Amino acid sequence: MSDLRENAPAVPILEARNLIKILGGNRVLDSVNMEIGRGRVKVLIGPSGAGKSTLLQCLNFLMPPDSGHILLEGREVNGKNRKELCALRQQVGMIFQDFNLFDHLSALENVRVALMKVKGMSKLDATERAIAELGRVGLKDKAALYPANLSGGQKQRVAIARALAMDPKVMLLDEPTSALDPELIGEVLAVIRDLAQGGMTMIMATHQISFSASLADEFMFMEKGRVVEQGSPAELLGRGSASRTQAFCAKISELTGEAGDGKSGGECRL
Amino acid sequence: MSTPYLEFLRAELAPGLMEGLWVSLVVIAPSALLGALIGVTAGVLRVYGPKPVRKLTEIYVSLFRGTPLVVQVFFWYFALPYIKIGGWSLVLDPIEAAILSFGLCSGAYQSEYIRGGLNSIKRGQIRAALALGMTTRQAVLNIVLPQAFRRALPGCGNEVIYLIKYSSLASIITVNELTGTATTIAKNTWRNIEVFCTLGVYYLVLVTLAGWLLRLLEDAMSVPGFERPRA
Amino acid sequence: MDFAVAYDAAREALPYLLGGVVWTAGLIVGAMLLGLSLGMPLAVLQVYGPRPVRRAVSIYVWLFRGIPILVQMYIFYFGILAWLSALPGLTNIGLDSPFIAAVLVLGLTSSAYQSQIFRGAIQSLPAGQLKAARALGMTDATAIRTIILPQALRLSIPGWSNEYSILLKDSALAFSIGVVEIMARMRSVASATHEPVSMAFLAGIIFFVLTWVGVRALSILENKVRIAGYTRQGAA
Repeated sequence: MSDLRENAPAVPILEARNLIKILGGNRVLDSVNMEIGRGRVKVLIGPSGAGKSTLLQCLNFLMPPDSGHILLEGREVNGKNRKELCALRQQVGMIFQDFNLFDHLSALENVRVALMKVKGMSKLDATERAIAELGRVGLKDKAALYPANLSGGQKQRVAIARALAMDPKVMLLDEPTSALDPELIGEVLAVIRDLAQGGMTMIMATHQISFSASLADEFMFMEKGRVVEQGSPAELLGRGSASRTQAFCAKISELTGEAGDGKSGGECRL
Repeated sequence: MSTPYLEFLRAELAPGLMEGLWVSLVVIAPSALLGALIGVTAGVLRVYGPKPVRKLTEIYVSLFRGTPLVVQVFFWYFALPYIKIGGWSLVLDPIEAAILSFGLCSGAYQSEYIRGGLNSIKRGQIRAALALGMTTRQAVLNIVLPQAFRRALPGCGNEVIYLIKYSSLASIITVNELTGTATTIAKNTWRNIEVFCTLGVYYLVLVTLAGWLLRLLEDAMSVPGFERPRA
Repeated sequence: MDFAVAYDAAREALPYLLGGVVWTAGLIVGAMLLGLSLGMPLAVLQVYGPRPVRRAVSIYVWLFRGIPILVQMYIFYFGILAWLSALPGLTNIGLDSPFIAAVLVLGLTSSAYQSQIFRGAIQSLPAGQLKAARALGMTDATAIRTIILPQALRLSIPGWSNEYSILLKDSALAFSIGVVEIMARMRSVASATHEPVSMAFLAGIIFFVLTWVGVRALSILENKVRIAGYTRQGAA
């Protein structure tokens, strides 16, 4: 009996089936299927408007899909049931492109507010946990500062600490570095890399191709609301592969001129 | 007949004005509270309510901001008793009428500040709160309202200061508040300049005190990012 | 309440009430002109003047923004003007007219508020404007006149519709010292006909329409005077 259980295929932590989302007459998500297994890192790539952000926001019902199913650890989530939604969101952490820190709360208060209001922790326990999480992202000494006095990179790291404090089973990252000045991107990427190497299940939409290539177990290339290609970075970006992903990456590095700064070819080939 | 000003002040004017001041406060405080209550309700309805409710609130605000307060005060005291619905009519005594009209008018102005405060909160704040598992109610209470309140405070606070000044209109409908009492004293003693200038000083003191209190409150609530703009 | 009677009374009273519009208009025009012509110099003095002058302007603003309009009406009409016109040489020149007192009150108060609007506008201009003017050899007076004020003026225009609508409503307070404008007429007709409801409504409607018309007229003026791309956020 125990044999059967050990060898049973692992249920994906998060799964989306046939998601359809229509915004302003456009099919922003056109029957999208996606799943992610425990400890895996999946990176969503694609042009703007491809539906990456929408997909992520449907996964935790911030945007309710028009049709389709979302399953958390194999069980379908009822999008109309508020209790189920809150429960889902406690287990799915989200990082936004615009950080969305609570402006009237200090960094420490930002991290602990949900612990107290949603998880019902005592102020003492919540504060202790919050400080620990801030330490994890290297910002323990900034705990008393307010978002107005934090740099973009620091804000995003606080946002990550805030999400991690909830002990999520999976983290969704929606272009976490797109709103950052170039010199601040590194500190956030470092934290994300640590998370991934620590075994966190992650789905990340990003334009940071070379970073993701070294981190991702799987790439998912989206265009116009559909999943066009899926595969490991090696498959999609390896030498000789004529994938759409590679074509897209080439265009990006052309525009951003990354090809000429010592990482030539590194952006789009492995 | 010509007692020097200071003697006049001490013996007759100040005691008289003190009585009037008390009545003024009796009018101002409930009006401010009523105005705040109506303002918050109307402001919230205008931002979060269903379309017909939003339209109705808009009409209320236009009406009470677009007509002079004097006309409104006149209406609630003199005209209201003439409106008979099925044999019933509402007759308010002067203080009640004053409080009602000040509250309704102030509420319209306050609702605009509250609405501005609510609208100024970026949508991402609510999304982040929901993403952490908060219910909409929790998000509004813990994230939206604290910020909206800080944004609306200067405007709403100034509204209360305006209320202090416009409470002088209660004298039009026979309320014996500061201005009413002063007018009576002036009529009886013919010492117009002294009486009315002293009256002006009383209001100046009230308004200035209220302004200081408001600044204190703004500073107490200020948080980096929500500071009081240095005038 | 009898609607037919009320309606008839309103219809009959309308011309008389509309007559008050002339006085109201006079009050507002006088007040706005006074407010503008005083407000600008006050603002300039408050930004560029020596310390005691700045203090004096602040006190002026504090006085006129702190004392209620109704009280100011009494002070000016029953107090100051009455005293002035009792002085030898100043009697019988109509100095104790309620209209003059009302225009003074409304105008001086408006100048206090407008001076702050102008001051804000002047201070929002980048420091480089004055620096460049000085660098070209202009005296401060010329620089302020030709560079600072025209820009500050344009930035202040949007505030005028608000000032107009406030003045319109405050003008109704002139009834308390005997100016026969809309509110005064409404009161006398209301007590004469015992129809306060319809009269109050009528007066309210007239004020409402005047607000709307005035604000529209000012928006058109704003649009005519606007420079493309030049907004409160500072020059391009």
